[in-house]
Amino acid sequence: MSNTLTLNGAVCTFTPGETILDVARRNHVDIPTLCHLKDTVPTGACRMCLVEVKGARALVASCAAPAGPGMEIETESQRVVRSRKMNLELLLASGSHDCLLCPASGDCTLQALAFRYGAGGTRFARRRPAHAPDASNPFLIRDFSKCILCGRCVQACKEVQVNGAIDYGYRGAATKIVTRNDLPLGQSDCVFCGECLQVCPVGAIALADARKKPRQCDMTAVRSTCAYCGVGCQVDLHVRDNVVHMVTGADAAPNHGSLCVKGRFGYEFIRSPERLTAPLVRRDGELVPATWEEALDVVAERLGQVKAQHGADAVGVLTSARCTNEENYLIQKFARAVVGTNNVDHCARL
Amino acid sequence: MDDVANADVVLITGSNITENHPVLSAALKRAVRHGRPDGHRARLIVADPRKVGISRHATIWMRPTPGTDVAWINGMAHVILRENLHDAAYVAERTEGLEALRDSVASFTPEYVAAVTGIPAEQVEAAARLYASGRALIYYCMGMTQHVSGTDNVKALANLAMLCGNIGRVGGGLNPLRGQNNVQGACDMGGLPDKLPGYRNAADASARQSVENAWGTVLPDTPGMTSRAMFHAMETGAMRALYLVGENPMVSHANLAHAEACFDALEFLVVQDIFLTETAMRADVVLPSACFAEKDGTFTNTERRVQRVRKAVEAPGEARADWEIILDLANRMAAGWRYDAPEDVMREIARVTPSYAGITYARLEQEGLHWPCPDAGHGGTPILHAEGFLRGRGLFHAVDFVPPAELPDAEYPFILTTGRVLYQYHTGTMTRKSRGLAAREGACFVEMAREDARDLGVADGGMVRVASRRGEIVVAVRVSPKAMPGTVFIPFHFAEAAANRLTSDAADPVAGISEFKVCAVRIAPATADSE
Ligand code: SF4
Ligand code: SF4
Ligand code: SF4
Repeated sequence: MSNTLTLNGAVCTFTPGETILDVARRNHVDIPTLCHLKDTVPTGACRMCLVEVKGARALVASCAAPAGPGMEIETESQRVVRSRKMNLELLLASGSHDCLLCPASGDCTLQALAFRYGAGGTRFARRRPAHAPDASNPFLIRDFSKCILCGRCVQACKEVQVNGAIDYGYRGAATKIVTRNDLPLGQSDCVFCGECLQVCPVGAIALADARKKPRQCDMTAVRSTCAYCGVGCQVDLHVRDNVVHMVTGADAAPNHGSLCVKGRFGYEFIRSPERLTAPLVRRDGELVPATWEEALDVVAERLGQVKAQHGADAVGVLTSARCTNEENYLIQKFARAVVGTNNVDHCARL
Repeated sequence: MDDVANADVVLITGSNITENHPVLSAALKRAVRHGRPDGHRARLIVADPRKVGISRHATIWMRPTPGTDVAWINGMAHVILRENLHDAAYVAERTEGLEALRDSVASFTPEYVAAVTGIPAEQVEAAARLYASGRALIYYCMGMTQHVSGTDNVKALANLAMLCGNIGRVGGGLNPLRGQNNVQGACDMGGLPDKLPGYRNAADASARQSVENAWGTVLPDTPGMTSRAMFHAMETGAMRALYLVGENPMVSHANLAHAEACFDALEFLVVQDIFLTETAMRADVVLPSACFAEKDGTFTNTERRVQRVRKAVEAPGEARADWEIILDLANRMAAGWRYDAPEDVMREIARVTPSYAGITYARLEQEGLHWPCPDAGHGGTPILHAEGFLRGRGLFHAVDFVPPAELPDAEYPFILTTGRVLYQYHTGTMTRKSRGLAAREGACFVEMAREDARDLGVADGGMVRVASRRGEIVVAVRVSPKAMPGTVFIPFHFAEAAANRLTSDAADPVAGISEFKVCAVRIAPATADSE
């Protein structure tokens, strides 16, 4: 019976090496966190995961503290709740947390925790922002006035994407998440994978054009697969009113939440005004719009003619590495079974 | 992909992985820099003429002259055999042809390799020892296959992997990195002239018979043409009509002038695409299709994981999904097909393709499945050949070094290689229409070493005329520490300065992949009056 502890009175087992937070999450006990990031080294920066362990003098950071035999842990004791609320009040006073104008509203951990613990953000005087926002690039805005210095972005950049483009800089009240030499992101080592955007628990990192889009909480997520490279990252396409407004990495294999710049930001082509919207048929040397009936009739007739006059092998079909499996299957079946030729290949090796 | 964390050593070659497969490169960098929770870390060998981003994380970075890969790979095999570093038990139990390999690599001494590739002899030895020091995984990409010797390069790598017992093992393997999202699936589905769905041989009567039974038709028994052969047949008049889906060879084809002539000779060209591409402009009929966000289906990633694609929005105007278009066309040509949705097609794929037999949309709902997945109870196969090779034993192939078809000379003194950049994709039809990406990397450039720029008398950002025996383009110079002196790099995404005006269409005799990676060019400052 050595590897057991009690969590809010309930007996739980643990495996050595697990933290108190791990044990709690496994047992569906919700200990709030702001800075904790899966698969990275815990920093204990946010103090939100503090819990009361019987016999310990101070509250314990559950994200870093190993579970121990016989521990008696309270995750929502009066002392814990008071500490969390105080912490939240301090965080809310640390910057411009105006939820009305924040793109992260509805999708912000600080906002959710303030609600949960009744922190109104009025207890302390609000600090003036120490740093101007960085909007130096077409992808991301960094609004330091909302940054709670949880460090998740730094860990994501350093430990998950291993880009090391950002870190803590300056000291004390001037502390800021900086690139090397505090250059704007657009002139730094940043490769715009957007991992930092995805892990920021508040609205301190936002899409450059976030104000022109619905908020994430007002959109529907559709799980799909990135259409760029062969890694095949799992994505959520965030949709509203028939428009994909945003793409995030899904927490599933193979990418476990990560994306690259193409997968995350390369979706505008979907809505490009240059998209083809009607079939075109060449008439008197010009490509002119036609109906599907007309266009497909022309194709069927001309392919039929070539086949009749020159044989099926005078027709070639090039399928596409961009199409789905189902489409590739039908296209090669079309070549073989309908046209009657093995002249089918894809362009990947051209 | 998660398996990279289990490797002791990773060899990566011909792949600018941080720009072309960024999320996989993150997993690789994690494996090297941070390792597994138990402290295990991988060590990295990079072989690439360019100082690609990943080389920063390498224990050994070898810089071969472009087109000399077989030499250093054979050299590593030479050292491994000479020093008895190979996995003798594995070789004895699971492979054959070791003696032939031994003979074929005998002449590839580190000194000979150094002379051919420019890699110092000691570095080849060190790389061989490191590779053989533990479970080793190889990643390779187009930098390996886009050569006249492309098939040989891959065979030589396979020799290396088998020699050290790395095929079919956790943390081992020989992994191609597919450039486009569904190259794997297109091949699996029989989008190849000689292969029916599931890689069954189109020339094999019994394989055809089984597909004929499923489809209720008779299949052609004449051999089909590769895309390359099709272009030649277009030029000679043997091919009269082409149906082209979702590709833009008028930018991506090696030796564009030739591609143009081929298209001009066609009687009838149909292009099905989401944009009016350079190729579509030449078509007789253009059919507007839906993009990935507008349809249901599956893609198969580079590690054979079959994953769902889901419709999120409606296609614009009258654009339709490719499967609907081809279905309509087939039925107009009296095919009598009946599919109500992509899921119906997947049911047929599972019936016709043994390696996909156990795959259904219901099973893909939460996560993808790796084929082979032979039945509904099978959990998929993340690691191939774990139980042994398909053909019984793994066969070593003797491969000899063949120099690139076109080498630099007095008239064309530079080697040109082509490839991709992080912010763009393929011929740019999608990425160039996303403003952020276009803003980051909006125009073509030629990357060259500082000393070459100095010798040419050009500065960073200056315009130069790059010419090969096939054509010329004008581009801006980007002086970069990535470039190897004497070798320049041009990305191929940009139609207005298409790198493929310059490239050679000399091809690998087996795979038919053109030699995009090596051709000879000359470079001169572009003066205003020569424009
Ligand atoms: S976008 Fe990626 S590279 Fe840039 S700072 Fe964020 S995590 Fe780092
Ligand atoms: S930017 Fe966001 S993730 Fe980074 S430290 Fe500030 S609040 Fe945390
Ligand atoms: S997000 Fe990037 S790495 Fe992932 S599949 Fe898309 S292009 Fe490839």
